[in-house]
Formats: sequence, C-alpha cells, structure tokens
Amino acid sequence: MTSITEPPAESFRLSQLIYDTRYRSMTIQVVAFALILFAIYWLGRNIVANLEDLGKDFDFGFLTSRAGYDINQRLIEYSNESTHGRAALVGILNTLLVAVLGCALATVLGVIAGVLRLSRNWIVARLMTVYVEGFRNIPLLLWIILIFAVMTEATPRPADFRGDEPAASMIVGDSIAVTNRGIYIPNVLFTRSLGGNEVLPAADGGAAAVSPAASSLDWLLFIAVVVAGFFGARAIGRWATATQEATGIRPPGTFWMRVAVIILPAAIVLVALGATLDLPHLRGFNFTGGIHLRNSLIALWLALSLYTGAFIAEIVRAGILSVSNGQTEAAFALGMRPNWTMNLVILPQAMRVIIPPLISHYLNLTKNSSLAIAVGYMDVRSTLGGITINQTGRELEGMLLLGLFYLVTSLIISGVMNMYNNSVKLKER
Amino acid sequence: MKKSVFLGTIAVAGLAAGFVSAQTLDEVRARGELNCGVTTGLVGFAAPDANGQWDGFDVGVCRAVAAAVLGDPTAVSFVPTTGQTRFTALASGEIDLLARNTTWTFSRDVDLRFEFVGVNYYDGQGFMVPRELGVSSAMELDGATVCIQTGTTTELNLADFFASNNMAYEPVPIETNAEAQQQYLAGACDVYTTDASGLAATRATFEDPSAHVVLPEIISKEPLGPLVRHGDNEWGDIARWTLNALIAAEELGITSDNVAELAQGTSNPEINRMLGSEGDLGAMLGLASDWAVNAISAGGNYGELFEAHIGEDTAIGLARGLNAQWTDGGLLYSPPFR
Repeated sequence: MTSITEPPAESFRLSQLIYDTRYRSMTIQVVAFALILFAIYWLGRNIVANLEDLGKDFDFGFLTSRAGYDINQRLIEYSNESTHGRAALVGILNTLLVAVLGCALATVLGVIAGVLRLSRNWIVARLMTVYVEGFRNIPLLLWIILIFAVMTEATPRPADFRGDEPAASMIVGDSIAVTNRGIYIPNVLFTRSLGGNEVLPAADGGAAAVSPAASSLDWLLFIAVVVAGFFGARAIGRWATATQEATGIRPPGTFWMRVAVIILPAAIVLVALGATLDLPHLRGFNFTGGIHLRNSLIALWLALSLYTGAFIAEIVRAGILSVSNGQTEAAFALGMRPNWTMNLVILPQAMRVIIPPLISHYLNLTKNSSLAIAVGYMDVRSTLGGITINQTGRELEGMLLLGLFYLVTSLIISGVMNMYNNSVKLKER
Repeated sequence: MKKSVFLGTIAVAGLAAGFVSAQTLDEVRARGELNCGVTTGLVGFAAPDANGQWDGFDVGVCRAVAAAVLGDPTAVSFVPTTGQTRFTALASGEIDLLARNTTWTFSRDVDLRFEFVGVNYYDGQGFMVPRELGVSSAMELDGATVCIQTGTTTELNLADFFASNNMAYEPVPIETNAEAQQQYLAGACDVYTTDASGLAATRATFEDPSAHVVLPEIISKEPLGPLVRHGDNEWGDIARWTLNALIAAEELGITSDNVAELAQGTSNPEINRMLGSEGDLGAMLGLASDWAVNAISAGGNYGELFEAHIGEDTAIGLARGLNAQWTDGGLLYSPPFR
C-alpha cells in the first residue's frame, strides 16, 4: 500500500535568505544594490556640500553667454561674439572631423599593413612588423608631438615664398603651398552659388564682377547627385547581371555606362553652379584663399591614424590567419588568382573576426583625439573643456557635458558598427 | 521629511566644510610646508635654476609667505601650473597660494571665488615680432598668425583688440610659454602675445634677443598678483600683509641686510610695529612677532626682489616704471602698518 505523504507547508524563515540557495543570490543582489545606491548618494552629497563650500551653484547658463575668444578652425560660422554653447559646437565638429578622417585612414593603413605583414616577401613583411611594433609600443602623445614638430621645423615659412628668388615655391602648378603653418590647397567656389553671391561694384564702367562663394547647399546638391549616380550605377550593374543570367550574354559597354552615370550629372551640376578654383596666394603675413589644412589637424590626424592603424593591422592579420589554409587551397584549385582569393574568399570570412575588435579601436581613436590640446587643435576638449571652463569657472558642468558628448559619440559609433557586424557575421539558422 | 533631512545633512556638511576651509594656516603649519602654485617656467618670474631650485620674482613671494608663516623660506613645495590648470588647483586645495602672474579681474575675484591679496606687478599685454618682419606698430598686424597661451586673459584681450580695430588674425593656441617660444622661433606664428613682462622674460632667453622687437602698443591693463581661495579671510590677510610688508619695507628702507639690526628697535614707530619690537601685529595675524623680519630676510624687500630677478641689471632688463614706489611716481602703495 502506498502512502502519499503531504509535503510540509512552506514556511519562510529569515535565515533562509542566507542559507537557502534559492534566496541567497537575491539577498546578495539586494545588498549590493543598496550599497551602490549609498555610494552614489554619498558622492552626490559630497559634490553638493563642496560646491556649497566654494559658494558655487550648478548652472548651465554659461552656455548662452558670450564666449569672447576666437577659434582658428571653424566648420560653422563663429566669432568671439558667439556663445560658449556655439564654441562647444565648433569644438564638437572639429572632434568629429578628426575622428572620421582618422578612422578612415587608420582602416586603410591597417588593412594594407595587416595583409602585407603576411606577405611571403621577407622585406615587405619585416617592414610592416617594424611599423606595427614601432607605433604600437610608443605612446600616442609622443607621435602627435613628433609629427607636429617635424611639420613646423622642416617646412618653409610663408615669408620664404616671397621675393624674386624665393627660398621655397608652391607645388603642383602653383596650386599647393606647404608651409610650417599648414598646407594650403585649392578650394572650389561657385559663381552661381545657391547661397547667393556678393556682387562687387563694377570698376571703370566694366561689367559688375561676381565674387565666388560656396554655401553648404551647393555641396549638399553635389553630394546628393554623386550618391544618386552611385545608386544608378549599381542598378545598371544589377540589370546587366540579370540579363547575363537570363541570356548568357552580358550587355556590352556597361562599365562605361556606369562611369558616365556617376560622372556626367556631377559635372553638369558643377558647370551649372559656375565652379571655379580658388587658388591660395600669398598676401600680407600668410597665404589667403584656398583651404587651409592646419598643421595641428594634419599632425593629429596622421598620428591618430598611424597609431590606431598599427593595432588594426594586427586585428586584420589575426582575422586572416583565422581562415583556414584549406580555403586558400580550394580557391587556388578553382583557378582563382591570389588577389581574388583574398578579396572574395578570405577577407569576407575574416571580417567576422575583425569587426568586433575594430569597433573598440574606432572608439579609442575618437577618445584619443582629446589629446588635441598638445598641438593646439581646437577640439571639444580644448574649447568646452579648456578655454570655456577656464573663463567661466564651471569645471563640473563643463566636464559633465564633455563626458556626455564622448559617451553619446561612442555609443553611436558602436551602435552603427554593431549593425554592420550583424550584417557580416555568421548567419546561424 | 526626507527632503528636509537631506537639506539638513547638506547644511551640516557645508558648515563643517566651511569650518575646515578656514584653517589653511593650521594645515600649512601641520604640513610644515607651503604649497605654492607657480608657472611651468618663465625665467625671472618662476623657473628652476641650474640646481633645480625654484627662483624668481613670483617665487620670492611664495618664499616670503613661507618665511612669515613657518619661519623658513625653503619650506615651500612648488606646484607648476599652466594657464588652464591654475584655478582648479587653487580651488581644490591642491595649493595654498597661487603666485603665477595672474591678472586680477572682476570675474576671477567674484565669480570664480578667489581673493586677490594685492598686486605685485603692474603689467599690460604687448606683442613681440621678429625684427625682420619690419612691423613697427600693432595696427599693422592685420592677417597675422598669433601665438597665444590658452586660458588667459590675453586670449580675450586679443580678440577684443583685433575686433575693435577691424583686423583679422589667426590664433594659434598653446599650452605653455616654452611651447609658444618654440613655435614662435620656428616661424609658425608671426607674433607672440602675452604680458609685456613675460615677453621681456621670454626674449631674454633667445639666442639673439636683438632680432626681436616688442611693439610699443600695450593693449590692456594686467595687474598681476598672488591670490588665495575665497572664504578663508585669516589666510588671505596673512598673504596680503606679507606682500604689503615687502612693499612697505622698500619704502621704509628696510633691506635683507639691515632687517636684523632694525628689528632690535629704531626711532621709527612704524618700523618697530612692523618688525615686532613694538605692538603685537604678528599676534593679530596669528603669527610670531618676527613674521615680517622673516619675510623680508627671505629674499629682501620688494625692490631687492625686483632688481635681483627682473630688474635692469638682469638679462630680462625691466624698468621699474609703474612698479616704482608711490614716492617715486609709481603705483606701489602699501597701507600703513598700524
């Protein structure tokens, strides 16, 4: 005869919180949470008390007051009459500029160096080893300062371009000037700009001259047309492939059609807007006209790219080595050439290993750009986190804003890169 | 209820913190050392000499305060600060006194919560250019590239000067005087601008100082002086009256040579009061009665400090100008010791 014993009624005792494994983890978490809350409260109270003690309040009103200082590199309109908030925005754009340029160049350098380091050519492989080890193992700040020093000490002064027998001359048909203040390159201006042109008064009864200008509208139009051209070219490519798959014959001349779809509309836009080249020329103390790439930007850009590129090279090498050698042999057996094998077989598979660590190096590069102050590049750390804090005495507010900016930027970069990673990672079904 | 407890806690903590901050003198005594903020290196004002000892005009103020408080002019720990870090260092309590040619302005005194204890050098912002540039006036600088130390009043004066004269310029922001010097000499900027005294000090270190001219225009008033945190008035008084003692000592003819002799007692009651042989001014400050004797014997009176570090007999070669005693037509005027 079987007897069913009733399980004893669940009674909860306080000691179960520690001795019962069902509750123990919960207890630990609650205690840890309480401790963290207390730590945050303690820190917050400390800040409030210390601010009180210094007689300071917590106020972001300084962002709307007049900045009073000038910034040399501005991507948007700014003068010393503008506000501290606007100065911070100028700095943010400068940071983003060097970050984007840096990430692009670092990727190119890293992929090339990573692939070449695996080369069977002994000299090439060793050279790349020297590059990678040299840049990886010396602090970034030294590279920034070294490149900046070389650029200011080894290049001619603008004054050297003066006179009948100048000590220095411009290169590429008198269009580019390399000076110790930066590199001046030609700029494209429009005589029929969408942003409107300033009309210079006519001299001696001649026709009124129009001063060329460039507004962001012009460039947006140009970029839109080029992007549309690329989509058009891809559509032609898809059409050609579909025709080839259906009939076995690829329509002739598709390559030239694709080139024309990209170039022709862009050229028409440039002509319609009346594009002219604005060449740099020496006037007064400096070169005027053209685009001034300051030494601070170039030094920071090169140093960030070379430094991060060395790390990316190692990631790329690891990614390629992770693809088994059998893949290469199989591709060769099919008669593929080595560069096709690399581009079509190995790199796509290596991407899965490369992308995740690459994200963190993009983030590092962006955050490392805050070393800009070493060469006087006016990034957000120098404007908001430097001069503004110094002039207004709002250290806490400024640093919080600065931290928030870097946090948001990093999260956006990793978000975008994660989306890309999801598109290339191994699809498991 | 919760809120009131929170606010109460804050108030108590604030009071306690306020009480603590009023004790800079005790902290310095307990530490046995004065933490003094100076520049990262400006010859004549504050720079380490060949033996690594800090030396200069601003350093002299630090040593005088240390001597007055601790009786030992060498009991100073020098903290080099840049234009950007100096105020944070002082506000956070990392340094007790900032003697780093800092301009006394309204917003620094009131909004940044500091206490300027006086002026030890009356200065103004000037421009230096290479002689070969052929520029003779700051009005000819339209379009020039200007090297400038960031985080200073010079940055704001420069923007105002060029804007009000309708001229354009390209600022090259730089962190320290040494970097500015390197950039200027390499020709990466046409002009270097800072306080005229700083220009003279910088030029003195050049290989060929005569190849550079300081333009005649002085575009601002820059009263430079030592400062302390707001709120600790006892400590502020000590710094203020030490500086005044140095200035008054020159006026009264007290030098580092004769101070010990005069401290025995003289027929001039003001000297007697200052040097402690009469009255108890030292005790009012919370210091020993020979505080001023120590301060003056540390590096001499104001005039001696000036001549030894930045005067006309030094490489920097600054004339007394505005920084002469009021009796000689200058602006130096110490309130009476009474």
